[in-house]
Amino acid sequence: MLDGRSLIKRRAGARLWLAGLWLGGLFAAALAAPLIAPQDPLAQDLFLGRMPPFWMAGAEPGYYLGTDSLGRDVLSRILYGARIAFLVAIVAGSLTCLIGAGLGLAAGFLRGWVDLAVSRLIDIWMAFPPVLFAILLIAVMGPGLFSIILAIVVIDWTRFARVVRAEAMAQGAMDYVASAEVAGRSRLSTMIVEILPNVLPTIVVLLTLEMGIAVIVEAILSFVNLSVSTDDPTWGGMIAEGRTSIHQAWWVIVFPLITLFLTVLSFSQLGEGLKDRFDPVLR
Amino acid sequence: MQIFRTLLLRLATTAVTLVGAAVIVFFVIRVVPGNPIAMMLPPGATEDDIRRLTALYGFDKSIPEQFVIWAGGVLSGDFGMSITARQPVLDLVLGRLPATLELSLMALVIAVFIGGVSALTGTRERGTRIEAAIDVSNGMALSVPDFLWGLILVLVFGVAFPIFHISGRITPSLDLPFATNFYLIESVIRLRFDLWLDLVSHMLLPALALAIPLAAIISQLLKQSLKETMHLDYVTLSRTKGYGETHVITREALPNAILPTLTLVGVQFTFLIGGTVIIERLFSYEGLGNMAIDAVINRDLPLIQGIVLLFALIFTGVNLAVDLLYAVLNPRLRHA
Repeated sequence: MLDGRSLIKRRAGARLWLAGLWLGGLFAAALAAPLIAPQDPLAQDLFLGRMPPFWMAGAEPGYYLGTDSLGRDVLSRILYGARIAFLVAIVAGSLTCLIGAGLGLAAGFLRGWVDLAVSRLIDIWMAFPPVLFAILLIAVMGPGLFSIILAIVVIDWTRFARVVRAEAMAQGAMDYVASAEVAGRSRLSTMIVEILPNVLPTIVVLLTLEMGIAVIVEAILSFVNLSVSTDDPTWGGMIAEGRTSIHQAWWVIVFPLITLFLTVLSFSQLGEGLKDRFDPVLR
Repeated sequence: MQIFRTLLLRLATTAVTLVGAAVIVFFVIRVVPGNPIAMMLPPGATEDDIRRLTALYGFDKSIPEQFVIWAGGVLSGDFGMSITARQPVLDLVLGRLPATLELSLMALVIAVFIGGVSALTGTRERGTRIEAAIDVSNGMALSVPDFLWGLILVLVFGVAFPIFHISGRITPSLDLPFATNFYLIESVIRLRFDLWLDLVSHMLLPALALAIPLAAIISQLLKQSLKETMHLDYVTLSRTKGYGETHVITREALPNAILPTLTLVGVQFTFLIGGTVIIERLFSYEGLGNMAIDAVINRDLPLIQGIVLLFALIFTGVNLAVDLLYAVLNPRLRHA
């Protein structure tokens, strides 16, 4: 059957594949960073400062993507930076998902005072600019990986809560829920057994998108120097450093920026692709 | 009467939100470890100096007491003194606010322009390669946040094709005749188009970075509702009357299709304002966001409180304004 639907499906398929390939490859490279990184990401050598990437004149063998102003290998730092990016994406993403989706589910299905409290909290949260809120929390808790993860969870739970609440509310009004209750299921068990599986696709999509957001937030915080200690390689830190020497050594900023861009793009394409995949109308 | 009650309810929830925001900001900040007072004294300060200064800033009282004093001050327009700048927070914040407002509004104008034009073009050329290209670029623009667009713009226009400034708000060596901090607006009023050009050339890239995601949202939503409207009978009627496609889209379909977009633009505009924090930092633009990050790095508590509270006020204010505008523009609500 050749109609619009199959066309959309094919496009979504290619998107999913490309995004998955990049993320999977990068994740494997991050895991294997100690084995495959050509140099020590922290090793400084002032005689090797600002060496260009391998195809340009004056490149130093073994430093494929050039070096920064302290002579540290850009490629190795990107690989080690990927470890931090994925760590934050996975841990912060799933914690945010757990808390946000849990609250949203309870608010949307149980209604009553739970809904009132959660909705009011969401309203208050929406009054803060997220980046400013994140920076504020980091300032309070002190920089570090733990603070970043906590800040993301504290700020972004509303993304899940808002959407899941609306979905759970719509599901709760359906006949199958009423019949489950008639059959003697308790409210709580209906919520977990009947509602949760039906909002799960939405939660998975949101989780994928949230991982991309977590990567960006980590990059922003390390860009303003509030992330992990300045020695540890992070993409945001590399970009901040490259920003200062942008006219002398473009490769210091360009390569981490491309990596960050493709990673964020992939997470969001993966999320959008999954959304289409889960959509019963398109399926 | 209905609309009056809705309005009152809306005002009440806005007030609750603002009070909640103030309470959260205040208490989050009190958890800060370390003594900010010790930072602002010279190395040879005595215990007595520390105590006097602590009392001056009210840090020696209990936290609930501090909150009452602070909240009372805020309500009477006194946000306390900045610890690093040693000036009233209100003066500092109001001094920077115009820069951030001008940047946000410029971004909004750019976003509405790009988004509107591409939505209208996409509707006119629906089903063609042009529409497909618009869809793909909208998807790209939405996948990546303003921070990354800003960095890309810095690289492309700041470094590869250096036609725009990538740092600051205005060239520092220029003589400024301005009486207010609304430089962009004042430069037009004073007919100083040389200064206006310099300002725009500084603001264009950060404003564009902020505008790109919003433009894509506007384009997507407006195009969708335009296409839905195009199928309605009255649009077909006007087409049979012999009006051209452009007239049908802009005069007949647009007025009916624009409402849902308008509501969304309001909500998204608050996100755009939130984005100024990091974009201002990236472009070294002297606005509120840049000051906020400095304040956080310097642990300047009163200043942080003031800035965050002002942002919360702007956010809730914009949301309220959008709701009211919607009520005024939507005929169904107006007659209710």
